[in-house]
Amino acid sequence: MTRSAPILALFLVASFSGIAAPALALNPYDSKVDQTAHNAIDELVFAKLDQCKVQPAAVCSDGVFVRRAYLDVIGTLPSGFEAREFILDRSPAKRLVLIDKLLERDEFADYWAMKWSDVLRIKAEFPINLWPNAAQAYHRWVRTCIRDNVPYDRMVRQMLTSSGSNFRVPPVNFYRAMQNHEPAGIAQTVALTFMGTRADKWPKERLAGMAAFFTKVGYKATAEWKEEIVFFDPCKTNTAASNEVAMVAAVFPDGAAAHLLPDQDPREVFADWLIDPKNPWFTQSIANRVWAWLLGRGIIQEPDDARPDNPPSNPELLALLQRELITSHYDLKHLYRLILTSKTYQLSAIPKADSSEGDTNFSHYPLRRLDAEVLIDALNKITGGKENYSSAIPEPFTFIPENQRSIALEDGSITSSFLELFGRPSRDTGLESERNNRPTPDQRLHLLNSTQTQRKIEQSPMIKNLVVAGKSPRDIATGMYLGILSRFPTEDELKIVEGYFQSGKVARREAAVDLVWSLINSAEFLYRH
Amino acid sequence: MNTSYDSISRLFKPLTDRQIARMSGTAISRREAVQRTLLGAAGLVLGHHLSLRALAATPSSKAKAKSVIQIWMWGGPSHLDTWDPKPEAGNDYCGPLNKPIATNVDGIRICELMPLLAKQADKYAIIRSMTHGSNGHETASYMVQTARAQGGRDVFPSVGAVVSLFKGAQAGYKGLLPPYIVLTEPQGRFSEAGFLGPRYKPFATGGDPGQSRFAVEGVVAPGISDQRQRDRRELLHQLDTLEHAMPGDTQLTAAEQCEKQAYDLILGDAGKVFDLSQEKDELRERYGRNTFGQSCLVARRLVERGVPYVTINYKGGWDTHKQNFQVMRRRLPEMDKGMATLLQDLAQHGLLDSTIVWWSGEFGRTPKIQWEAPWSGGRGHHGGVFSAVVAGGGFKGGQVIGASDAKGDAVKERPVYPGDLIGSMYELLGIDPEAKLPHPQGLVVSATPSAADKAPTGGRLKEII
Repeated sequence: MTRSAPILALFLVASFSGIAAPALALNPYDSKVDQTAHNAIDELVFAKLDQCKVQPAAVCSDGVFVRRAYLDVIGTLPSGFEAREFILDRSPAKRLVLIDKLLERDEFADYWAMKWSDVLRIKAEFPINLWPNAAQAYHRWVRTCIRDNVPYDRMVRQMLTSSGSNFRVPPVNFYRAMQNHEPAGIAQTVALTFMGTRADKWPKERLAGMAAFFTKVGYKATAEWKEEIVFFDPCKTNTAASNEVAMVAAVFPDGAAAHLLPDQDPREVFADWLIDPKNPWFTQSIANRVWAWLLGRGIIQEPDDARPDNPPSNPELLALLQRELITSHYDLKHLYRLILTSKTYQLSAIPKADSSEGDTNFSHYPLRRLDAEVLIDALNKITGGKENYSSAIPEPFTFIPENQRSIALEDGSITSSFLELFGRPSRDTGLESERNNRPTPDQRLHLLNSTQTQRKIEQSPMIKNLVVAGKSPRDIATGMYLGILSRFPTEDELKIVEGYFQSGKVARREAAVDLVWSLINSAEFLYRH
Repeated sequence: MNTSYDSISRLFKPLTDRQIARMSGTAISRREAVQRTLLGAAGLVLGHHLSLRALAATPSSKAKAKSVIQIWMWGGPSHLDTWDPKPEAGNDYCGPLNKPIATNVDGIRICELMPLLAKQADKYAIIRSMTHGSNGHETASYMVQTARAQGGRDVFPSVGAVVSLFKGAQAGYKGLLPPYIVLTEPQGRFSEAGFLGPRYKPFATGGDPGQSRFAVEGVVAPGISDQRQRDRRELLHQLDTLEHAMPGDTQLTAAEQCEKQAYDLILGDAGKVFDLSQEKDELRERYGRNTFGQSCLVARRLVERGVPYVTINYKGGWDTHKQNFQVMRRRLPEMDKGMATLLQDLAQHGLLDSTIVWWSGEFGRTPKIQWEAPWSGGRGHHGGVFSAVVAGGGFKGGQVIGASDAKGDAVKERPVYPGDLIGSMYELLGIDPEAKLPHPQGLVVSATPSAADKAPTGGRLKEII
């Protein structure tokens, strides 16, 4: 449902202007929905909270839920129309229905391809140097896997074992998208990406044993400009570092020795070990990542730093997610659905009490600033604005069509001062911590007072439609609240807005501009909550 | 807006691990934070950890320099046509620019297109033996500004980020202006902050100081009166319902602090630093009424107010693959005027002793001229040897360091690697070149390469410190 939503919303809002917002609890964020467990996740989380004597937050309101689900599942702000429709829907199963709908949207593939591109370091230039065509091909392959919900174990196996051209066999780019192409460097990247652990902290022999699986990864150029073939090279002994590693026998990270035949690609042997359901590393890493992506922190935190002295905060919960993944044949959407439908995911962001045990045990949904790409897309959605993305290096130049959303950008090296200002990951290392959502004064200056932001607001169709159509301040406010904050305004808020319009400080149009400006600068807009 | 001194200093108080973690959206528990701090301390050599703290608390008494103005010559200007002329090398090397001029220091000659700088040579030292060997713009920019070779898992912070770390927040810098400012556009394709994160990225002014009004992006909003700024800020606060529902939340409090800081620039006196109409017309003329010249003037005003690091990102078309000499004739006079006036003006304001002026591109250009089409007298990239200039802040003026060979092709004596130069600047700034940088994964990383990194070095510039 994305046809000219703002105008439609306006029309419907007008016809509903007599209806007050649905009954509210103390604030527009909490609801009175009971907290009985919806599924096994809740049983384990609530039991743990009970044990820590921490009371979970209230279940969030419909307005919070619709916004949260859109932002978390498809990285996209709901339109005012979508928000309104959901809030007014009286069906008891509406949250479950919405989750199912969102999981099938195109933006689901865009948004999660973006996350995976961060983890897989998809960028054309320094220091990864994939080259634009290869970055495009690799991103498209990742996005297609997500769209088609390719079982996760199959997707990973392809990345680890493919051979061929970087342009024609996209998953081979896994071996190119890393700064260090030596066997130990590859082993570290594989451990970080698919085992969620930092092998640079391992004992040396263990890393050497794993590196031995990657001593036969060959790279060669072709006559085509920047084409590179990644292949199994049984005779490879060309660098000092690989010679050193070649002396070490291949040993799996769990200590079991591997039996490699001379004509066998050791990557295959490793991949089979990795994705074996009996290997806890593999499922633990992905289950924990998905949980962290949706709930803001891992059961093991950081989500890519699993090690014996960094145990999971709720081991049973992690084990449950791993089992679900295996029994569903590595169906990631099944895992998403399980988490999203839990009461745990639907708790309000307002904790009952400030408690670090509550934080680590998911007593409430943690506040998170919108990701840079999601933020600019949301601003553009509200204001009808567009971004121009291009890349002048290397030749030939890359130009991105201006209606492409930022979450769908393929190449992490496309320059954008906005995305850099708001902490887009540089895709240099694949670490989750590369994305930095910490606020800075420069970000505030940009949103409060830059010509870019001001221009977007001034040109916003929302202003035109609501103000020019001669609506009352209440109707204007209702339309803007639904479009920007995805909820109805409270009575208090309506009074403040009316007061501002009637104060005579500024003309009607400026008052409307200032209202949009206030809402996009509010914590409620800037944060996932 | 009413801002007491107290509230400002609170803004710059270093955040706790827990605050930072919550702000970054990766909430960690208090227990974890404590553990992390302990692990961090154990991971570092204790002595270094203490020295970092000590350094942060009390600026070294030896420190002569307080600020750096980096004139970044993007593209890599030709060393032969600026600071290292080779008239004896013949027409295939020096082309039409074969009449270098004497400076006010005996024995130092520079390019004939820089007559004003020739009169200031007693203020600066020319390093004619800079080298790193890299000929790619990005790799070389990275090496010259981070002292590190590319590769490995880390992306290192630039000099500006390191200076804003040690001379900014950690050193109790209380200015309202950001500690690291770039005039006017960021370099792009270069992660200034590296692993230190966006907090250490430069504030890019945008706008153009060469225009009648320097509309610094985010600070000066055309068409919005101060009164309306105040009115709508009040509206924003009244409508910030989520914030009212979560009083005292650390993450929202930190965001609120950022907002205060932003408004101090928008509505407070600090933003007036960008108002060049406060300067005499005569001085503005001397700097040159163009983006570079006026950027130099803004840079002086910024260091005057204590900003530790200012980069002038000079996109002057120095990547002269084609028609090198036409470009030099067109652009060097502008550079000459701006930089020479900057040195003079800093000296007149008594700021040169405490301000390092660092002029450098990412590399030099091939000495042998490509006369044939399509280059028509162009020069390629040359990282084997190139020139850099440092002035002020404790560097001795009137000096030449090192030399290139007869044709300007390779280092003849006294190689200076980027780490040598950067380490020397750090010394003058009172920053230990071996100081440990806060690394997100707790790795031990020093501000410049240490002996263990086995990076090539010619030694710091003891000759001119």
